[in-house]
Amino acid sequence: MALIETQDIHKIYAMDENPVYALNGVTLSIDKGEFVAIMGPSGSGKSTFMSILGCLDKPTRGTYKLDGIEVDRMTRDELARVRNEKIGFVFQGYNLLSRANALENVELPMIYRGVPASERRKRALEALKIMGLADRAHHLPSQLSGGQQQRVAIARSLVNNAPLLMADEPTGNLDTKTSIEIMELLVRLNEESGITIVLVTHESDIAAFSHRIVRFLDGRVVSDERKG
Amino acid sequence: MIGIGETVKISLRALRSNKMRSFLTMLGMIIGVGAVVAMLAIGQGASRKISEQIASMGSNMLLVLPGAQTSGGLRMGMGTQMTLTYDDALAIERECSAVSAVAPSVQGVVQLVYGNQNWSTVVYGTTPGIFEVRDLTMKSGRPLLDQDVRNSTKVCVLGQTVVDNLFGDTDPVGQIIRIKKVPFVVVGVVDERGPNAFGHDQDDVAYIPLTTAQKKILGTKFSGTVRSIGVKAKSADLLDKAEEQITELLKQRHRIGPRGEADFTVRNLTQLMQTAQESSRVMTLLLGAIASVSLLVGGIGIMNIMLVSVTERTREIGIRMAVGARTWDIRFQFLMEALTLALIGGIIGILVGWLTSIWIGRMAGWSIFVSPLAIVLAFSFSALVGIFFGFYPAYKASLMQPVDALRYE
Repeated sequence: MALIETQDIHKIYAMDENPVYALNGVTLSIDKGEFVAIMGPSGSGKSTFMSILGCLDKPTRGTYKLDGIEVDRMTRDELARVRNEKIGFVFQGYNLLSRANALENVELPMIYRGVPASERRKRALEALKIMGLADRAHHLPSQLSGGQQQRVAIARSLVNNAPLLMADEPTGNLDTKTSIEIMELLVRLNEESGITIVLVTHESDIAAFSHRIVRFLDGRVVSDERKG
Repeated sequence: MIGIGETVKISLRALRSNKMRSFLTMLGMIIGVGAVVAMLAIGQGASRKISEQIASMGSNMLLVLPGAQTSGGLRMGMGTQMTLTYDDALAIERECSAVSAVAPSVQGVVQLVYGNQNWSTVVYGTTPGIFEVRDLTMKSGRPLLDQDVRNSTKVCVLGQTVVDNLFGDTDPVGQIIRIKKVPFVVVGVVDERGPNAFGHDQDDVAYIPLTTAQKKILGTKFSGTVRSIGVKAKSADLLDKAEEQITELLKQRHRIGPRGEADFTVRNLTQLMQTAQESSRVMTLLLGAIASVSLLVGGIGIMNIMLVSVTERTREIGIRMAVGARTWDIRFQFLMEALTLALIGGIIGILVGWLTSIWIGRMAGWSIFVSPLAIVLAFSFSALVGIFFGFYPAYKASLMQPVDALRYE
């Protein structure tokens, strides 16, 4: 069953004179439980597509169904709710709140969902434990290594039990050894918890961890390969 | 939806992480609110002081004095001609509809003796009407009565200052004192009034029946004349009416034509004081308005810092939006931050203003009054400033596109 279904997605940035055509009709379907890597050179539209899949941006044209719900014409606040409940984000730059400790960062999505404080704490600690960071709960991001920060970010993406995890160059700032650790963690999450993962990367050895590689060029899908 | 408690926590953390900046922004509010509170305290202190003086003088009071006040020809000075009589006073009470009480009196500074103590004070020979005209209340004993005047009894009612100087701790009521060697029975003591508008001690006084005073103590050259007639109007609105009626009646009685120069003067003391109070009220408003300008500047400081803060924290806003913060959540967070700045600044400002006004009051010898209303007003005004000047930055933050906010460097 499809978790993500896009139909002829266009994204045009209206600059003063010359409009920029970032996406030119992307039709893609991703099933529940898939681990998909989106690849392409910079300017290929993969990041724009990622933002639309993550409900951070809206397509200019085309339809997008997430988990059976049409999200392409939703209001800002409705999209915020979809992001909160259905999508977890992991970014290249970790994007943790610098003034909040690991635990508070993990609690953040639950704050906006209205989860009571004690329950929030319990769930956040649990998620940190799964990430092997139980003893780092009260450290600030600046006191953690890159790999640890990325694991905090992954913990944050998990606490609301979102079915979809969007990872935007999650290993971009990490060394090879840590990159592999993080990727193995994602693979484990995909296999054990059945979380659908969409990964954007330009490194083929990182993409190799996925089961399906979609390549972008000039705002279009140019290839879509499944492993095995 | 995010709760208030969470938002306050987030705001406090954000303000704490930039202590110097938060403090300087608050300083603007502290100075603004402090100035407003101090100015209002000084202005209201002056107003209240005047109100107290009006009340201590007796409300709705007119004073009829003999002699003319306007210039022209040679005058011997007010009061040298004894043109007012006891009968004039009775006529005013009887015929002027706007008048509720009259108190004709003669007065003089006389030595009082009790045992081995003596004290010089102002002795008023008057009628029971004085108690109503001056709003006097009894601390102990009884006031003067009509029969005291009728029978020229030798009784007196004393002010607290006289009691303190003659009696010490002894209960004066029932004791006998000598006024100009004539023995008088003390029948009562009036409540304390404090100094009047001109610093005169209104408790340094003794009241005796008018007739007794005329015969035994302050014998006047023209019998039946009085030095002044205190008049109480029925209400503040009737003060002018009473003045008019008295002038007309006395001119008639003294056979002076409508255009002739009166041989008496009617003074409206209450009106005089009310004018003073009115001008002090205007002064308070003016001072408050000037101080409000600095509060406005403080508010602009908050807006400025919040705009900087929103720009600096674009990425934070992006992160919060990515994990599910709604428009209102973001707006509320920044609004709360501005409000926290304004309120903490406001509360410190109230304290600073309070202390400053006490200090100014002590240095300049002014009376200061920090009214609860002024504090509530200053507090709610700071909240209003926070909300008003915090709204635009918060609005700006809440309308960011999550994708742009996240990519902001």
